[in-house]
Amino acid sequence: MLIGRVIGNIVATRKNLKLDGEKLLLVQPLELSGAAKGTPLIAIDRMNAGPRDRVLYTQDGRTAQQILGRGTAGVDAAVLGVIDEIDFGAAAPKS
Amino acid sequence: MQLGIVCGTLVASQKDSRLEGINLLIIQPIKPDGSATGKTLIATDSVSAGPGERVFWVKSKEAANPFAPLEVPTDATIVGIVDRVQVEG
Repeated sequence: MLIGRVIGNIVATRKNLKLDGEKLLLVQPLELSGAAKGTPLIAIDRMNAGPRDRVLYTQDGRTAQQILGRGTAGVDAAVLGVIDEIDFGAAAPKS
Repeated sequence: MQLGIVCGTLVASQKDSRLEGINLLIIQPIKPDGSATGKTLIATDSVSAGPGERVFWVKSKEAANPFAPLEVPTDATIVGIVDRVQVEG
């Protein structure tokens, strides 16, 4: 699982049937330090995440299909949760 | 899924029989602001997209899934056409 920030969403009327009705979020991947890393991706969202929320997401197809719950589907990323807080304790990584 | 823009088509009369009848499109991966990122690639199309359209696509193993129960040998498939990208971060 990875962390990212919701930076927007995608509106797509014509899409694969298995994705019908799914909320599609634009997620900017983050390093644990909070710095943006890489190109934003599109993930399905069943967690009602909103703009600027930090989220826990997966980029594993199998996991994303489990979240979608519609069997075999063309989906490879899904939001798994909305992050309240990340606590590194004493061992905070240097960014 | 990733964003991309369809920038061309590809025709191959001789191909794996399981690819027959499936459109092959050239896509350039893009960022939400529309700027190009990374290399262009060839993708199979499950939503009848066309040149110039912004799309989103899946790669690797899941690329074959939109064609299930057919087992199409593909590693990138367009799964949706983007009407609007709303950036509010």
